[in-house]
Amino acid sequence: MANNKRPGPSAKERMAKPRNEMPLHSAEERIRHFNEVPTGYSLEQAMDEASRCIQCKKPDCIGGCPVGINIPEFLLQLEGGDVAGAAKTIRQNNFLPAACGRVCPQDKQCEAVCIVGKKNDSVGIGNLERFVADYEREHDLDRMPEIAPDTGKKIAVIGSGPAGMTAAYELRVRGHDVTIFEAFHRGGGVMVYGIPRFRLPLEIIDEDLKLLEEMGVEIVYDMIIGRTLSLDDLLETEGFDSVFIASGAGLPKMLGVPGENLNGVYSANEYLTRIYLMHANYFPEHPTPIYQGKKLAVIGAGNTAMDVLRTGKRLGAEVTCYYRRSHDEAPARSEELEHAEQEFIDFKWLSSPIEFIGDENGFVKAIKCEVMELSEPDDSGRRRPVPTGESFTDEVDTVVFSLGCDVNPTIPDSTRDVTTNKWGIMMVDPVTYHTSKPGVFAGGDTVTGGSTVILAMGQAKTAAKYIHEYVMGNFEYELNVPTDPEAPGVQWGFAK
Amino acid sequence: MGKYNQDFKVLTKRELCANTYHFKIQAPLIAKKILAGQFIMIRPNENSERIPLSICGWNREEGYIELIIMSAGRTSTEATIKEVGDSFKDVVGPLGQRSHIAKYDGACVLMGGGYGTGAIIPTARDLKEAGNRVIGVVGARSENLLLMVDELKDACDEVYLTTNDGSIGIEGFVTHALEEIQKKEKVSSVLAVGPVPMMIAVANMTKEDGIECWVSLNAIMVDGTGMCGACRVTVGGKTKFACFHGPDFNGHEVDFKELMTRQKMFVDQEKIAMEAFTGALEK
Ligand SMILES: Cc1cc2nc3c(=O)[nH]c(=O)nc-3n(C[C@H](O)[C@H](O)[C@H](O)COP(=O)(O)OP(=O)(O)OC[C@H]3O[C@@H](n4cnc5c(N)ncnc54)[C@H](O)[C@@H]3O)c2cc1C
Ligand SMILES: Cc1cc2nc3c(=O)[nH]c(=O)nc-3n(C[C@H](O)[C@H](O)[C@H](O)COP(=O)(O)OP(=O)(O)OC[C@H]3O[C@@H](n4cnc5c(N)ncnc54)[C@H](O)[C@@H]3O)c2cc1C
Ligand code: FES
Repeated sequence: MANNKRPGPSAKERMAKPRNEMPLHSAEERIRHFNEVPTGYSLEQAMDEASRCIQCKKPDCIGGCPVGINIPEFLLQLEGGDVAGAAKTIRQNNFLPAACGRVCPQDKQCEAVCIVGKKNDSVGIGNLERFVADYEREHDLDRMPEIAPDTGKKIAVIGSGPAGMTAAYELRVRGHDVTIFEAFHRGGGVMVYGIPRFRLPLEIIDEDLKLLEEMGVEIVYDMIIGRTLSLDDLLETEGFDSVFIASGAGLPKMLGVPGENLNGVYSANEYLTRIYLMHANYFPEHPTPIYQGKKLAVIGAGNTAMDVLRTGKRLGAEVTCYYRRSHDEAPARSEELEHAEQEFIDFKWLSSPIEFIGDENGFVKAIKCEVMELSEPDDSGRRRPVPTGESFTDEVDTVVFSLGCDVNPTIPDSTRDVTTNKWGIMMVDPVTYHTSKPGVFAGGDTVTGGSTVILAMGQAKTAAKYIHEYVMGNFEYELNVPTDPEAPGVQWGFAK
Repeated sequence: MGKYNQDFKVLTKRELCANTYHFKIQAPLIAKKILAGQFIMIRPNENSERIPLSICGWNREEGYIELIIMSAGRTSTEATIKEVGDSFKDVVGPLGQRSHIAKYDGACVLMGGGYGTGAIIPTARDLKEAGNRVIGVVGARSENLLLMVDELKDACDEVYLTTNDGSIGIEGFVTHALEEIQKKEKVSSVLAVGPVPMMIAVANMTKEDGIECWVSLNAIMVDGTGMCGACRVTVGGKTKFACFHGPDFNGHEVDFKELMTRQKMFVDQEKIAMEAFTGALEK
């Protein structure tokens, strides 16, 4: 619909309207529980926020979305109160809108290129996506997509994180018989055992898993591919026509500094898995323990670090973030950093840990950091942290490393014909996501080395299209799977 | 239930000694793949903790695995109170690497304490199949705590028993049996699976004698697949993940002190969890 035909205020008036701030639980209240922090827009707020969109003729936001949601269209529907229509529009491109509306880095994607954002705050696209998805769920609107007649083709998906779920969805919609194999006893991947409940409630992920099962996707738990069954078993004896590997990253990085194996020192994966997969925050009803220290140090300032900081706060600790660069370089999503700052969390920027000191029982009791400063920008424009020669020591009783992940070698170790680079990232053809093994595709964190839910989904969608062509016998491409061990993982080009 | 969703049913259960049971569990896919030295993770019930257990046998055709479970705390007790016909909620594996199997000129001595006596049986079979002379050594405090002796005898050329109180076999520790064996023949490789003090004693002794020594490290684990790093151990000065790189490591290079410290990481919580559980049982 063109601008001028649209009823209501002029583009200029729309652009001048203030953004509807997302209502939040107060910081004092929310740190006492694991409930979600934002409470969500009301229908009125959502319609008003949607009306801030000026319906650009050439909307940049669609290109800013890694799965290309028709954002102006769903905002227009929402502005007119047609939430069901808006939900349908979103679902054409994204089958996990409730999760994405909550965890996508909109500030670096759709909202970063929103024209309204050039003069005013950008339209709250993420908040609105979340609103639409929640409304759809709470009002039990039909989410079942149309499913093509059975093709008789069998496809195995390894991993039930966002990449695996998306591929399963896309392939089932095309009429294939899809089985997801998941190593853990529950589905959702890092959305469950990484991203905390106060950002992404379990019900949301479970609803989406349930939809997949209702569509006819079989989800098998406790099944480690490369262990319980191999890739070759799937293709040779189990009768699968193609396999999509979506096994994530999942190999925690440590720093390699003295004292890092002291008791009370965790990787973020362990800390968050104990809590969000095994529910150690409800110990002893759930018997998996976590050492609940009084002073928690978190190393790193990415999304994972923010999640650990805020989790530790909710467990009642005094928490401090140590990061070797400054606030402006922190890689976390801006909203997460902001929420962490509101939650009485201390930040020690330009602090790089060099040693952990233990007590007589082998428990960590202090962290020693080197004070850093930022160099002049290098050719890439990045300011590198360099030691100043000064150091300081803080008392702590728990330390969590949040330094990101490498890729778990279970699958490539068991099947030498899926090649990886020297960091363990699976090498794929950048167009089709086909690996070096015939009929085997891969996407998500396992081909990037750790990125985001939406990028994992975008890759899975693309891969699904080619897997479909592959099993239907019209996959004719010159594949270009890198063989250089130094080759980087898949990069995704979109709005910076 | 689809083709792959398994029911991990208890097929047989047998008490070996106080608080220690032998279980046959239906797990056809794992039974097909498991190798000597590997382990599994179980959750006895919905909401249970995940705990690692070694495998002491399997039947690939009939589709079961054999476990020895000692009730050490809450989760192992949740497992040992299962009866025939009950099911374990989750069983995942096989995990870890296969034990080191090679052809040696001298004998291979495999030493087990507690559940470790079961864990060495598959490795004993493989070493024998590789053409080695294989000697088993089982240690316990007293005769009534020795377990799996007959099964071990089937897998080995010879088996020595040691008890601290001398109620049967050699009086003393497994290391005394190793001394005896060395008086009679050349020993090329030793594997010890059991309590950490036993593994330390064996590692120290073999180091002095210049004999290869493998130990199976029972680090605390969460996922068992290399994802979390809970099972970090230091071997040869480097951090390794026991679940993924192990559980068997070169005993001469293991930082046992760190292992023992890390095993005590949650002692306070373990007590609370056990009390909560027994409290609920009593109700
Ligand atoms: C703490 C934390 C916070 C984050 N916050 C955000 C955020 O705010 N926004 C955002 O967009 N992204 C965030 N991310 C990143 C995001 O979660 C990941 O990029 C995304 O989940 C990757 O999806 P995936 O499907 O590729 O892999 P995963 O989500 O890792 O799923 C992989 C699945 O495969 C299973 N698996 C692994 N190996 C095997 C095997 N051999 N056989 C069978 N199954 C196997 C795993 O158990 C897992 O379930 C965060 C990550 C973390 C750790
Ligand atoms: C590779 C490996 C193989 C093992 N094989 C067997 C076996 O065949 N039979 C058997 O009975 N036991 C085995 N164990 C030990 C078994 O895992 C522990 O006894 C069990 O986890 C104790 O849990 P709990 O809740 O019953 O006791 P808790 O009260 O939690 O702990 C008792 C003690 O067990 C150890 N422990 C606790 N939690 C864990 C954990 N998650 N992982 C490892 N150790 C832990 C700790 O040192 C603790 O102090 C093995 C351990 C490993 C690592
Ligand atoms: S138990 Fe998690 S990495 Fe070994």
